[in-house]
Order: sequence, then C-alpha cells, then structure tokens
Amino acid sequence: MFKKFQPSSDISGQTQVKSSVSRSIRSAILSQWKIEPETLESVWPKKEGLVHVKCREHISIYTVSGIPLFFQHFDGPFYPTLRFLHKYPYILPAVKVDRGAIRFLLAGAHMMCPGLTSAGGYLPPADQALAAETPVALLAEGKEHAVGVGITKMGSEEMRKINKGVGVETVTYLGDDLWEHEKL
Amino acid sequence: MGKKQKEKKEEASPPEATAVEPSEGPVPEPRQPKTVLYCAVCSFPPEYCEFGSRFTKCKEWLNDAHPDLFSQYYSEDALQSKLGTMTLAAQQKLEKDTAKKEAKADAKADAALKKKMSSQVTIKRIERNKRKHVTTVHGLEAFSIDLKKAAKQFASKFATGASVSKNPQGLDEIVVQGDVAYEIVEMLEEEVGLLKGVPADNIEVIEEKKKKAAAAE
Ligand SMILES: [Zn+2]
Repeated sequence: MFKKFQPSSDISGQTQVKSSVSRSIRSAILSQWKIEPETLESVWPKKEGLVHVKCREHISIYTVSGIPLFFQHFDGPFYPTLRFLHKYPYILPAVKVDRGAIRFLLAGAHMMCPGLTSAGGYLPPADQALAAETPVALLAEGKEHAVGVGITKMGSEEMRKINKGVGVETVTYLGDDLWEHEKL
Repeated sequence: MGKKQKEKKEEASPPEATAVEPSEGPVPEPRQPKTVLYCAVCSFPPEYCEFGSRFTKCKEWLNDAHPDLFSQYYSEDALQSKLGTMTLAAQQKLEKDTAKKEAKADAKADAALKKKMSSQVTIKRIERNKRKHVTTVHGLEAFSIDLKKAAKQFASKFATGASVSKNPQGLDEIVVQGDVAYEIVEMLEEEVGLLKGVPADNIEVIEEKKKKAAAAE
C-alpha cells in the first residue's frame, strides 16, 4: 500500500477530525484491536486532536501531533502503523512467515500460504482460527519484532488446507514509504 | 459520570477481584509500550539489518553502540541458529543478494550526492511591469527542501504572497511576490530555517527583463 508513497504528491490534504467522528473511530479501533481503552488513550489522548491525512486511492492515515498512528483503506478495518505495533505487539493476532519469505516481504510482496504453513512459519491453532479479512501482525522466523502488518485473504484453516496462493496481503512493512515517514 | 462508574466497579469487584488484574486499582493503568531499539543506520530493528542495504555500516554501528547485542546477533552460534529452517544454500543466496544490494545502494548514494552537488538553485527576478517584480526559486527540492514549507517561510519573512506552482517546463518552483532575489540568496547562504544544505556555488540569480518590443508602449 505504501511501496511508492510520496507525501508531496500522494497526500491531497490534512484535516482535523471532528470530535463525533473521532469518537466513532476510537470505538471502531477498540472493537477491532485487542487494545485496552486506557492504553489507546495514552497513545491518543481524547483531548488531543486527530488529523486525517487524505491520500491517493482512498487511503486515510491518521496522525496525532504529526505522528502516523493508524490508517485505513476505503472504510475497511483500521491498521496500526508498524511503529505502533512494535510498541504494543499484542493488539493484533499474529502469523509468522519463514525466513525464506522475509526478503520477499521486505520487497513488498504478499505472503503465500507455503511461507506461513512451513516449519518456520506459524498460523494460530484451529481453536483460534482467523477468518478471512482479519488484520494481522506479520512476524518472521527467528525475529522478535513484527516485520509488517497484513490482512488475511482466506481463513487460517483454509491456508493450511489449500496451501496455495496469497494467504496474507501485506499492507505495510519495514522500510516502505510509510515507515520512512515518521512524521507527516 | 466517572464517579458513579467507579463506585459501581468497586461494588462489583470483590467476587471477581482475582479474575481481573488483582494489583490494579479502580482506574486501570495503560500498558507500558515496549521499547524497541532501531538501527541508527537503516532504521530497522537491528535483527533485520541483515536484510537492509547498508548491512556493513549497520554492523559497525551496532558493534560500537550496543556491543552486547552485536555479539548476540553475530556470534558464530547466533549465525548458526539464525538459519532456522532455511537451507544453507538459501542462506548463501541471501548473503549474496545482500552484498549486491549494498553495492547498489552505495552506488546510488554516490550518484545522488553527485547529482545534488551539481544541481543548481535558480533564482529569477522577473519584471512584471515597471514597478512590480516577482521572484521565482527553482531547484530547492534537489536539496531535500520541502517547497511548500519553504514558500511559507518566504511568505512570512517578506510579508508577501508565496506559492508553489509549475513553471512552463512542468517543474515545481516557488513564486514569491516582490523583488526579493538577493534576500533569498542571503537566506540560503546563512541557511535560515529550512533553507539548509545548498552550497553557495550552486546558487545562480537571473534577471528577466520585459522584452524590449513588449516594453515599448
Ligand atoms: Zn541497520
């Protein structure tokens, strides 16, 4: 999503978010992520203005004091930025890609099922199966911190069964242009 | 409102006090963020430096700044176990790729620096009519100066209008109302505010007079 992203040409405007909209974004995030209201409050205090950074192709980045915290494509789910996720890694369910897939991920590729189902990869067990279209943290074999944020394109059980094609679409990753812009 | 909720919570809490966080008071404390170390060279967490394009420099930095982490990541044992499920052949390919990437990035950085050092900032003083002038500034972006912000800086410094627009060649330039060409040269030389990193030799000033034919009224 941010493989080629230049603020000068890809941002169409920045506006202060109205407090009513801000409230509904907060409650959407609380329902979508596993984050405690007080923790979200500590990162994004209610009295602090949220700024909507409107980008090309219906991407919305939200910043607090200029720092991107989360973003959204159309009216889809909210994704934390990777720096946010590094601070609070437990807020999204995690999947893991094997070491061989890391360099492809860092080039912006989507993650194929075999990289997730192989010995070095990880998918949650059946009783915590993920549905399709779930935002996930992308971990990597042998690494502590997430390498990206993605969205499942099929259920985790399906990934195991079919084991072909894209399992998780990469939405942001280490070193992409969102990562490069710590402030907007 | 807060008070009422608090009271309710306290009432309800005894039976399940152990089920919730026992040590927490009535007002839940936010969880503390994890502190993540980022590489000063490539900005990745150091465990990912091996995938970046400045691996050699990253390692030098880590060895200096965090020797304990350096040995944790790059000791013989660490390199062995890092392989994980990847085959030796795949690891060798990865290392080769990284070296290639590094060489490419170095060459690119060199080229970028050369280009920067040969870029010109052109300041044009344009006569609009006998008394009115505008000043255009072209080429600041080559020195990583944000044009919109620079225009704002000019506007407030000269208390005039300044905007970013495309010149006839389709390139972005800053248009400042008034004759401020030499003031802008001075600002660039003194590196005021955002205007940093333009060598004096790379600045040129051009005067654009109205054509004689057009001027003859
Ligand atoms: Zn590094």
